[in-house]
Amino acid sequence: METLEQIKSRLEAAIPGLGLEIQCNGAVPGQASLVVPPARAIEAARFLRDDPRLALDYCSNVSGVDWLDRVVEEHARVTRVIDGRERVFDECRERRVPGYLEAVYHLYSMRLKHGPVILRQRTVNRVDQARVTSLTPVWRSAEFQEREAYDLFGIVFEGHPDLRRILMWDEFRDYPMRKDYVEPDDYEYEPTPHDDLKEKARRHYPIEADA
Amino acid sequence: MDEGLRSELSRQGIFATTIQDLYNWGCRNSIWPLNFGLACCAIEMIAASMARFDIARFGAEVFRPSPRQADLMIVAGTVTKKMAPQVVRLYNQMPEPKYVIAMGACAISGGPFKRGYNVLKGIDRYVPVDVHIPGCPPCPEALLHGLIALQKEIASQKLTGPSRARAFQEEAPGEFPVPEYGPYDLVPAKNTDLWRPKPIIRDE
Ligand code: SF4
Repeated sequence: METLEQIKSRLEAAIPGLGLEIQCNGAVPGQASLVVPPARAIEAARFLRDDPRLALDYCSNVSGVDWLDRVVEEHARVTRVIDGRERVFDECRERRVPGYLEAVYHLYSMRLKHGPVILRQRTVNRVDQARVTSLTPVWRSAEFQEREAYDLFGIVFEGHPDLRRILMWDEFRDYPMRKDYVEPDDYEYEPTPHDDLKEKARRHYPIEADA
Repeated sequence: MDEGLRSELSRQGIFATTIQDLYNWGCRNSIWPLNFGLACCAIEMIAASMARFDIARFGAEVFRPSPRQADLMIVAGTVTKKMAPQVVRLYNQMPEPKYVIAMGACAISGGPFKRGYNVLKGIDRYVPVDVHIPGCPPCPEALLHGLIALQKEIASQKLTGPSRARAFQEEAPGEFPVPEYGPYDLVPAKNTDLWRPKPIIRDE
C-alpha cells in the first residue's frame, strides 16, 4: 500500500483545496492518520473507496474521541527595556486550546487486502458545533457505529440516514463516554472504596463521628 | 397431623397428607421458569437445562416462552437500565405464585459492571428476590443448588394464617411499578417500598 504521504498528495491532487493534515502517533504502533475537514469528507471518502490503487471498500470501525479543553504553556524569550537597559526575559504564556470531538474511521481494502488507513474528522468544539459529516453514504457499515458515536459522545453526523440513539434509551440526555460525564449516584455500597469513590461512600454511609 | 402416626399409617398402606403439603409438593416439583436470558449467566442456565446437568430431575425443565405460564423468573445476567423496565413488566405479567432467582453477581448487584452508568445495580431494586446465587457466572450446579433452596422454601410455605406465603396474602402486591426512562437514570432509581438495604456503618 502507498504511504500516508502519498495518499495525501494524491488526494489533494484529485480534490483541489482539500486541506488535509497528517496526525502522527507517538505510541508504539505509530499509526499515523489523515485528518480531513468535515465539509469535504464525503469527497475524500469517495476517492479513497473508488481509487483503483487504494480501493478501501471496507470501513471496519468508527469510534469517537473526546479531547477536553487544555492549557498549553508556551515559552518565549522577550527583550524588554528596563531602566534604559535591554534585558532578556524568559516568558511563559498560557494558551487555552478549546476541546473538540473526533470521529475516527478505520478503512481496509477487501479487494487488495491492505489497510488500515485511518481517517479522522474533527468538530469545531464540544458544545454547539459538534458536527461532522456522516460517511454512511460511502460505507454502509458505518451506520450503526456512527449512531453509537452519536449516542455516547454526542457527535452529530450530518447526512446520516437515521441518527438516533442506539444503546441508551431515547429519553437519555447525556453523553456517557465524554470525559466530563458525571455518572448517576446509583449504588450505595462499595466494599473497598478509594479516591472519589471514598467520598461517595462517605455520603451514603457516614462514619458515626461525622454523622 | 403427628409425624409418628403418619408414618405408622403409611406403613399400613394408608397415605395421609394435608392440603398444604399436597399443594406445596405439587408447586415445588413443577417450577416452570420463564425462558429468557440477559447475558453470560444465561449460558450456564442453558447448560443446566441440558442433558449433563439436567434440571428436569427437579421438575423445572419446562422453560416457558410466555410469562403467563411461568412460575419462576431466573434473572440470569446483567440487567441494563434499558432492559430493567421490561424485566419488571414480565414479572408483573406472571401469575401467582411466582418466584425470582437472581443468578450471578450482575443480577445481584451489578457485578463487574457496578461502576457502569448503564447497568442496574441489582434486580431486587424493583422486584422481590427469593434466592440469590453468587458467582460470575455461577456454575450449573450452583443454579441447581439455588433451585433446591427455593424448593425447600416452597415446601415450608404456609397457605393460611398470618405467616402465609406472599401469594396468599390479598393485600401483598403482586405487581410492582415499572420504572420509566428518565433523562439521566431510571425514574425512580429504586422501589423504596421494596429495596431497604440494611444501614451499613463504615468503621474507618
Ligand atoms: S455475573 Fe458474570 S457471568 Fe453473570 S452476567 Fe454478570 S458478568 Fe456475566
